[in-house]
Amino acid sequence: MKKLMLGNEAFARGLYEAGCRVVSSYPGTPSTEITEEVAKYDEVYAEWAPNEKVAMETALGASIAGARSFCGMKHVGLNVAADPLYTAGYTGVNAGMVIAVADDQGMHSSQNEQDSRHHAIASKVPMLEPSDSTECKEFVKLAFELSEKYDAPFIVRMSTRVAHSQSIVEMEDRNELPLKDYEKTPSKFVMMPAYAKGRHVFVEERTKKLREYAETTPLNRVEISDKAEFGVITNGAAYQYVKEALGDKASVLKLGMVNPLPVKLIQNFAAKYQQVYVIEELDGIIEEHCRNIGVNNVKGKEIFGYIGELPQSVIAEKLLGEKKDFVSLDDEIPVRPPVMCAGCPHRGLFYCLKKLGVTVSGDIGCYTLGAAAPLNAIDTTICMGASISGLHGFNKARGAESEHKTVAVIGDSTFMHSGMTGLVNIAYNNSNSTVIILDNSITGMTGHQQNPTTGKNLKGDPAAAVNLEELCKAIGIKRVRVTDPYKLAETEAAIKEELAADEASVIISRRPCALLKYVKHNPPVKVNTDKCVGCKMCMKLGCPAISMRDSKAVVDHTLCVGCGICQEQCKVGAIE
Amino acid sequence: METKSIMIVGVGGQGSLLASRLLGNVLLAQGYDVKVSEVHGMSQRGGSVVTYVKYGDKVYSPVIEKGEADAVISFELLEAARCLPYLKKGGKLITSTQQIDPMPVITGAAKYPEDLVEKLRAAGAEIVAVDALALAEQAGTAKASNVVLMGVLASRMDYPDELWQKALEQCVPPKFLDLNRKAFELGKNAK
Repeated sequence: MKKLMLGNEAFARGLYEAGCRVVSSYPGTPSTEITEEVAKYDEVYAEWAPNEKVAMETALGASIAGARSFCGMKHVGLNVAADPLYTAGYTGVNAGMVIAVADDQGMHSSQNEQDSRHHAIASKVPMLEPSDSTECKEFVKLAFELSEKYDAPFIVRMSTRVAHSQSIVEMEDRNELPLKDYEKTPSKFVMMPAYAKGRHVFVEERTKKLREYAETTPLNRVEISDKAEFGVITNGAAYQYVKEALGDKASVLKLGMVNPLPVKLIQNFAAKYQQVYVIEELDGIIEEHCRNIGVNNVKGKEIFGYIGELPQSVIAEKLLGEKKDFVSLDDEIPVRPPVMCAGCPHRGLFYCLKKLGVTVSGDIGCYTLGAAAPLNAIDTTICMGASISGLHGFNKARGAESEHKTVAVIGDSTFMHSGMTGLVNIAYNNSNSTVIILDNSITGMTGHQQNPTTGKNLKGDPAAAVNLEELCKAIGIKRVRVTDPYKLAETEAAIKEELAADEASVIISRRPCALLKYVKHNPPVKVNTDKCVGCKMCMKLGCPAISMRDSKAVVDHTLCVGCGICQEQCKVGAIE
Repeated sequence: METKSIMIVGVGGQGSLLASRLLGNVLLAQGYDVKVSEVHGMSQRGGSVVTYVKYGDKVYSPVIEKGEADAVISFELLEAARCLPYLKKGGKLITSTQQIDPMPVITGAAKYPEDLVEKLRAAGAEIVAVDALALAEQAGTAKASNVVLMGVLASRMDYPDELWQKALEQCVPPKFLDLNRKAFELGKNAK
């Protein structure tokens, strides 16, 4: 049967068909749907782990135990999981193990644009890279076979365009595999120096074998065009852009295996043409490899640069000098940045923080939008968990001057991911810091995934729920309180009190995400235009449902969920 | 057949994903190679949302760039104006007349341009402007304006109605199917 499938959905289908049994992941755009989709197959055990490191260790444990296993994450998640990755490269596997890492060229939803191929090279773990949904499924299945044949975990590198584009996939049946035997093998799985030294020798030999495989694998293919004036070496999503932009004007070497890279295959291809272009998104890894193996008739980064995606228009313009005609209006078109939703519980909290002029150490999630106008309430956003540890460092640097006017904000899921350890540091190292956990009972930004605080697991079944209050107390924080961000006065008072205190404190700002299906909303509010004086106090909240028409506030009834914070904000009682 | 490109644009939360999947399924059933490209994550949350639908004998790039779209379907007027440059010469622009203020307009940092339908027409776009929100509310919910606009598109594409009906069944939860069929019909018959 043929079906239109997202790259991520096809990836999940590949896991299913390959007989994968254990899946553990942490959500992250654009990788999330792989795990959500594979969880729909009853034959596969699938879970959300608290973070990527835990997920990868879980998958490795399952592989050692004899089950084909998988873990998925976004590019920055692989940084978190780098520790197990680099040693899993040494241990290798028992049953096959596949890791998905989804890069975000163009930074559609990320804090940086790193190229995950560097991790594959540095950890000496092989990496494949599909360029459409059909390849996602095929590459995953092959990756499991190769993982078992070469005794290595295999990384499959995705990108936003491959992960979030649908193309046609032919479905096949699942290959149900028995558990492999588990035998205690310390020389392979106990990585202390005496054994690890032996495994390093194995890793180097394995890389040699994989490099030979790269010369002949169907993953790497040459597409010769009789009309070609030059050659192109490319990979991943860029392959599709190359074909669209250049058609038969170029012969193409498409590399589906991006670590290790072939040598002779590239040398032979490049020898056919006077000029070869390497078209790869982000870093110049293939291009540098070409130069290392004496292929010098290549150009790449000097033309295409290191930033963002390389869609067909860029390739057509740079290589063919072609540009498409288009028209645009003379009017300035205002930008439409993402915003916190109407009724978002984060809004009330950020409004209070802004009003108090507090310095805010931010984190990764929907609440990062608190940095946008008109709230402009966040000072820093670095990586998962950095709000809390960053705040601690900030306060240790500036002392009492900042302790009473600086807070960290972090979501429930991010706190579970890597915020807890920062809070331990605050308690342990006697830091007078104020941490606000924005508990909206879900992992919001990636599209509503369950997490260890929500009381449900990935499959939606009841699960143990972490009690945040008790956890913070157990860590050693004495001042722990819960507030409702829909109540502005209460929230403001709580922030003031905790900032004034001379010890560490945690405020749990608790209210479920307004988009959760079980959340019951009030009817939309209405502006009484007779009472409205046009003072724009309500506009300071940055609610997308409120705008000004003819100097009076107007509430969009299709967006408003009746959260009521604008009513509390209105000094003349005009919002009913 | 040469590859055709249709862009579906709107504001996060307006249901452009459903619309693109609906169209994708119709084109798949028609026997084309199809690619549908979506954007998830940060660009939802009330921001501009763009999806690309491409079909033909063989589709490579899933992305549509400036000057490449045979049609742009917009759920919101400002987004239609924003995406005008993507339309190729002679391309069709189907837009809802609904207006949603973006945050810079709400905060007073920018103005929502006036008379956009006329300006788009003057710029040479072959434009079909429909009050999709009113038709959706007539069908039963403001949320169905995406399917109303797919109805408008269907009336300008030459595919059998049963393909669209089947795609609706594939893409819409059963309890909302009747409502969406009604919205689709209202769009098809919209002037």
